[in-house]
Amino acid sequence: MIEVNDIHKSFGDHEVLKGIDATFYKGQTNLIIGQSGSGKTVFLKSLVGLHDIDSGDIVYNGRALGSLNNKERKSLRTEMGMVFQGNALFDSLTIEENVTFALNMFSDMSLSEKRDRANFCLERVNLPNVAKKFPSELSGGMQKRVAIARAISMNPKYLFCDEPNSGLDPKTAIVIDKLLQEITEEFGMTTVINTHDMNSVIEIGAYIIFIKEGKKAWQGTGDDILNTDSPEIVDFVYSSELFKKIRGEH
Amino acid sequence: MYYRAFMSDLELLGLNSLGIVSIISIFVGAVVTIQTAFNLDDPLVPDYYIAIATRESIILEFSPTIISLILAGKVGSNIASTLGSMRVSEQIDALEVMGVNPASYLIAPKITALVFFNPILIMLSMFLGMIGGYLASVGGVMSTEDFMYGLTVDFNAYHITYALIKTFVFAFLIVSISAYFGFYVKGGAIEVGVNATKAVVSSSVAIIVSNYILTQLLLV
Repeated sequence: MIEVNDIHKSFGDHEVLKGIDATFYKGQTNLIIGQSGSGKTVFLKSLVGLHDIDSGDIVYNGRALGSLNNKERKSLRTEMGMVFQGNALFDSLTIEENVTFALNMFSDMSLSEKRDRANFCLERVNLPNVAKKFPSELSGGMQKRVAIARAISMNPKYLFCDEPNSGLDPKTAIVIDKLLQEITEEFGMTTVINTHDMNSVIEIGAYIIFIKEGKKAWQGTGDDILNTDSPEIVDFVYSSELFKKIRGEH
Repeated sequence: MYYRAFMSDLELLGLNSLGIVSIISIFVGAVVTIQTAFNLDDPLVPDYYIAIATRESIILEFSPTIISLILAGKVGSNIASTLGSMRVSEQIDALEVMGVNPASYLIAPKITALVFFNPILIMLSMFLGMIGGYLASVGGVMSTEDFMYGLTVDFNAYHITYALIKTFVFAFLIVSISAYFGFYVKGGAIEVGVNATKAVVSSSVAIIVSNYILTQLLLV
């Protein structure tokens, strides 16, 4: 479980996060939604410690991120996996080397155990037979799945995904969503996904927070979002004619 | 992983520079010999002085300083653009989230590799520069016997020590300055290019200034 208590973050005079509270539970896909520029990515990067927050608390199962020393923070990070918007695969390494990177750094596994773990992760994301290829030889959707395989290689307790569907066609996006939901339930992870893809919201949103101008403007489930009367969420979710029609049918 | 990164950087920053360093050193050595001969064309000055002047120019200045300036362009832009691209494509963030210290994983092996290999490159450059001078003498600028005699007469081994001290310092400056500009890129592809240029300019200026300071400290 991750508890977020009243976090603030500014860049210079510009306050991006203006006091957000949230609780992300284990074994479910938690979604952060909001318009571009609303502060979603800063929020997600603050959660993993890539941005130091100005005030507030981020607590990982009783461990407040801000009060950890370097060693404790490093240890916590080995419990995290992250899928970046642009995948962030190491382009000079093969797929297998990408997936085993953290294992090489932090585990005592033998070479064959690491290979087995890489193969397991790659097969889990439905990508057999690509271990010796380089990221540039794969399609966008395949690269995204490699990024997920890398993120779960250390068997993390916490999985963070920044816009996992960006740049993907709708069919591949659904495959990625389903995959994230499956591995979250299968491995009992606390998964936090940053998205503005409404298919994801409806398909896999177990808990959703809507951020507007750096503040939490709404929270609920995927079902709640179809029925809410919150003007902010209605304005955001039903901005397209298609979703207006879906709302009408509901 | 760190050993592997070191070996990879050794190849990228050091071994891959062998070709350009060799070509430049041979031709500059030959040209220095020809120009010195042209300027010392006096019956009162023995021909072997040409070889002495060539040797000292190559050991004291050309190999350690000019080759390091060339490497600042080749290696410095490579380091800054590689790290800059990793920054904008979030690969550095990915390392940090994994719990890896990106600076120590990405920069320390580069510094170690170049500080280790730059002296080898510079020694090779000195040797090839003198081979270039010898080839110029074979071409008729002066007798090869006078050239060989001039290379060895009044040789001061401390000049090699001085050159190598400069080489270590220049290697450290090239990598650390270029890595700084690459590591802290903010923005996208344009900023990567801008910072790669800044890295080359800044490390070149740092080499020139530190060259003066080291010369003042070590030779005066």
